[in-house]
Amino acid sequence: MFSFTEENLRLIEAEKKKYPTVESAVMPVLWIAQQQNGNWLSEEAIQAVAGVLDLSPAHVIGVASFYTMYNKQPVGKYHLQVCSNISCSLNGAKKIIHHLEKKLNLTLGETTPDGLYTFSEVECLGSCGTAPAMQVNDEYIENLTTEKVDELLKELGK
Amino acid sequence: MSSLAGYEKVILPDIPNLNQIEVYEKHGGYDGLKKALSMSQDDVISEVKKSGLRGRGGAGFPTGLKWSFMPKGDKIRYLACNGDEGEPGTFKDRQIFEFNPHLFIEGTLIACYAMGIKTAYVYIRGEYLKWINILQASLNEAYAKGYAGQNILGKGFSTDIVIHRGAGAYICGEESSLMNSLEGKRPYPRIKPPFPAQVGLWGQPTTINNIETLANAAVILRKGADWYSKIGAEKHPGPVLYGISGHVTKPGVYEGPTGMSLKELIYEVAGGIRNGKKLKAVIPGGSSTPILTPELVEKATMDADGLRAVGSSMGTAGIIVMDEDTDLVDTLHTLSKFYHHESCGQCTPCREGTGWLEKVVAKFAEGKATRQDYDLLLKICAQMEGRTVCALADAAAWPVRNTITRFKEEFEARMADQDKKGWEYSMKAVSGV
Repeated sequence: MFSFTEENLRLIEAEKKKYPTVESAVMPVLWIAQQQNGNWLSEEAIQAVAGVLDLSPAHVIGVASFYTMYNKQPVGKYHLQVCSNISCSLNGAKKIIHHLEKKLNLTLGETTPDGLYTFSEVECLGSCGTAPAMQVNDEYIENLTTEKVDELLKELGK
Repeated sequence: MSSLAGYEKVILPDIPNLNQIEVYEKHGGYDGLKKALSMSQDDVISEVKKSGLRGRGGAGFPTGLKWSFMPKGDKIRYLACNGDEGEPGTFKDRQIFEFNPHLFIEGTLIACYAMGIKTAYVYIRGEYLKWINILQASLNEAYAKGYAGQNILGKGFSTDIVIHRGAGAYICGEESSLMNSLEGKRPYPRIKPPFPAQVGLWGQPTTINNIETLANAAVILRKGADWYSKIGAEKHPGPVLYGISGHVTKPGVYEGPTGMSLKELIYEVAGGIRNGKKLKAVIPGGSSTPILTPELVEKATMDADGLRAVGSSMGTAGIIVMDEDTDLVDTLHTLSKFYHHESCGQCTPCREGTGWLEKVVAKFAEGKATRQDYDLLLKICAQMEGRTVCALADAAAWPVRNTITRFKEEFEARMADQDKKGWEYSMKAVSGV
């Protein structure tokens, strides 16, 4: 059963005060819920968000499902999100994706059996000048090369 | 034509630690706000009008005019600062957040004062957590020094600035989608009219400005409209952040005046095409602006008129450079896939059209296309353009229309063999579409 921690309930109250309607706090509260729930939104977490904001779960799902960064399924400890849009593609993003597929033995969208990595393709990250780029959870890793990816995996796998 | 020679950087000047408020103040920071607060609200709007500033988010609408649309009176009104920065090839606002956040904050406060706004929401894409944290730290400094919050600088004017984190949706950069996102609704774009200045956030008058636009407003108040309007192209003046990416030696964000030649930006500023290759194509203002052939690049200047003359537009000034080895069919497929993924699904021509574009462009990429597929692409584009609530359908159609017409030989070469015959005949038939 998911219920917000005392500290998060306080954060939620602060978020509500930032907007003229309670409904407007749904995105920040979804972020708080996702963080508390180990980086994804379970049905119970959605219910809890609806509960604290007095919204229907259907409305909250309607919002959460629109955005790619609210994870509707569990993700690995490290969520590798590789940009494959134009500037990254021009700079070899496909090569990075194939390399990761081989290294992790995963296809895009999958999680390793040990739960360490989830591997996703994402749209433009705004790293066009430092392409190709990816995010590991919230952190940007830029100017990627296959060597840099190998080093990173070695570091994360420790 | 303007040039970098003698240009003084004002948006991203080379001053270390400018993100710290003391350093920012030492270099004229918040002088623009002080000046604005000593003027009437209307005079501030007039100053911005006089400067000739046009929005830096893509549409290039005159900023002062936009501000003047806000009704007077006691109604609650809002400012939404658009830092969604999702247009592929665009990576400039994050530079402002990182290296000169106070310039943006100052511009936001000036805008709020000019339009009598008490709350500004800064919408920043969810991926930019690092830059959200930087901006929040800067905002805290601005509050602590009395530049933001209650009774700003003792002048009786109060404004709060609130950061709102997005969560990964390109469409939220569209202003009415952004408003629905802020309101906690599913972020479908809204039908216009009513325009945001009449019915915006929570039904109240609202102005939406891009981050770079607001940073420019601070410069205008600090340096004066006369100084500002002399920079760059006469009808589209001011400093601009050019984001140069793709196959150049030194990709990055470079500040310069508007109206620079695209050639100077590619070959001098960004160090030319990598590995001595030749140029094949350039997208001059973010992924949805029409692609340019090398012949058009020769003539292009980076301002509204200069790019209109070559059948493109300024967009976000995100310049994507492609060398002779680039597979334009694959590149177009990347973009069509993107727009299909990001279509919100509200309007049928876009929801269905973006899917069709992706599928048909994929046929070219796989070498399975027929000449009818070429005609079909143009037909789908015509059925999308101007037929939807927001401009995403147009943004998806333009790259297809322009890439397949300006580089049609590349698409011809990727047709299934039996279909290459009779191509000339087909081209004659298509010209009527």
